[in-house]
Amino acid sequence: MTAWMIAIAIWAAGWWLNVRLATGPQSDSRLLSLAIPAIFGVTLIAMWQVLVTMLGISPVILPAPSDIAVQFAGSVPILIADFNQTIVKGALTGYVCGMIAAFGVALLADRSPFLTRGILPVGAFMAALPIVGTAPIFVKWLGSDWQSKAAVVAVMVFFPILVNTVAGLRETSAMQRDLMRTYGAGYWPTLRKLRIPAALPFIFNGLKIATTLALIGAIVAEFFGSPTVGMGFRISTSVGQLAMDMVWAEIVVAALAGTAFYGAIALIEKRVTFWHPSQR
Amino acid sequence: MKSLVPVATVIAAIFAIWTLSVVPMNIHLTADLAQRQDIPVTPDTPQARQDVGAFALALRNPDIWGMTYVLDRPNLPSPHQVGAELYTSVFTVEPTSRRSLVYHAWVTLSATLLGFAIGAGAGILLAVGIVYNRAMDKSVMPWAIISQTIPILALAPMVIVIMGSMGIQGLLPKAIISAYLSFFPVVVGMVKGLRSPDAMQLDLLRTYSASGSQGFWKLRLPSSMPYLFASLKIGISASLVGAIVGELPTGARAGFGARMLVGDQYGQPLVTWAALFGAAITAALLVALLSMIERGTLRRMGMGAAA
Repeated sequence: MTAWMIAIAIWAAGWWLNVRLATGPQSDSRLLSLAIPAIFGVTLIAMWQVLVTMLGISPVILPAPSDIAVQFAGSVPILIADFNQTIVKGALTGYVCGMIAAFGVALLADRSPFLTRGILPVGAFMAALPIVGTAPIFVKWLGSDWQSKAAVVAVMVFFPILVNTVAGLRETSAMQRDLMRTYGAGYWPTLRKLRIPAALPFIFNGLKIATTLALIGAIVAEFFGSPTVGMGFRISTSVGQLAMDMVWAEIVVAALAGTAFYGAIALIEKRVTFWHPSQR
Repeated sequence: MKSLVPVATVIAAIFAIWTLSVVPMNIHLTADLAQRQDIPVTPDTPQARQDVGAFALALRNPDIWGMTYVLDRPNLPSPHQVGAELYTSVFTVEPTSRRSLVYHAWVTLSATLLGFAIGAGAGILLAVGIVYNRAMDKSVMPWAIISQTIPILALAPMVIVIMGSMGIQGLLPKAIISAYLSFFPVVVGMVKGLRSPDAMQLDLLRTYSASGSQGFWKLRLPSSMPYLFASLKIGISASLVGAIVGELPTGARAGFGARMLVGDQYGQPLVTWAALFGAAITAALLVALLSMIERGTLRRMGMGAAA
């Protein structure tokens, strides 16, 4: 009973603070728009900690945040090895391969308006399919090490990037292309100086969607077979051993990696497409 | 319908590449099989064949190309094998039997739909809260956006096991994963949609002295519909992926995920491929159904031309 009262008190305090800040005079300042969600997150974690420890909830069901932090700090070498195996070797390699393939196919399709009209709907359709289900097939073809994970990731990220690139390359107006023609620019100079820059906002949209897909593909593919290292492997074996604190530690790594990956792409986008209205 | 011919061409090209790849993908298996049936194969020991690449082996043994398309356990099944497996498991078996893909489709689909209903409903409610409450907007919205960059699917095995240890099994754990996956796209899309009326339209309602709830039902909700449907379509395919992945780690006995796992573990690639295509067809039907509802709704609202 006291546990619930303390939790509700924490919630009320956090919420009261946030309501005060959000309706206050400086609520749109940069500092507060970072502080308010941070306070919200801290409130939730504090409630979680209080409820789990005071109600004596079994760590098999839900470990307390402090237990997860201890586990995280205690198994840094394992987490780094898993990160290397799954994120660096599996997800990043696959992401780069899928991206290059998608750019290549998009440039080929771009030479023919006929192909463009065909690829856009088919690619959009394929992007909605549960491609992660191809994981067992790739594990069988390429073995259980990172190559099969990279292949799954490449296929998963291929379609969103392809569709966005093809759509972006159609983005220039006839007037702009005519201007390039009056300058005497051929296909390649037009592509490099006009159409690729104009397509960049679309391409980055596809690249950002693909970051999460890449991590999902690399982790889920490990459920179908993996060497004895990797985030998906660690999650599925730790679940089997009811070591939930380890599972949560891996999820923290996955969340940090996912946010960092997305943030890195968003940062590059900001640098490269600084001229676009959405970035100003 | 101008794009019908190009779409058909692209699909035909994909099937052609698939059909052509069957020969090199299966040639090593086929060569071993052919030798056992006393058909001459050019490097005539299995060890020698291991050192030859797939394309070289295929070029040296054109006689056995036909056999690559009819293997029982191919590396890459040919399109007609997958089609035949889909046909037998959908149409020739009783839909209540464990061998029927319809049965497995229903198991996955029921979890998908339940989860989608929970996730989309909760997402719309949260979006309304975010639009009307500034504190909620400031504190929850950044998390909703960040959560889209996190591989939430990695949580799936844990959800299943936790709920299993609390005595809840079957439909609900999978539905919760589905709900979680469809929740955030709907929140983000719906917030965008409810905010899409511009200041002029909101001012007009104020000059009519419309109340807050009238503003919601007559302006904000109708103008959010295109955004809502766009995010529902993303949400439902995410729900299906969630339900399938939810079936993987627990050794579930029914559903598309279970079929893929069974085919994988018992060396029946055709079962895996049929389950994969079954899942793809299901996803396509769900998205098509939502598109139809979308078109009907928008047309009745007089937005058909815009959509």
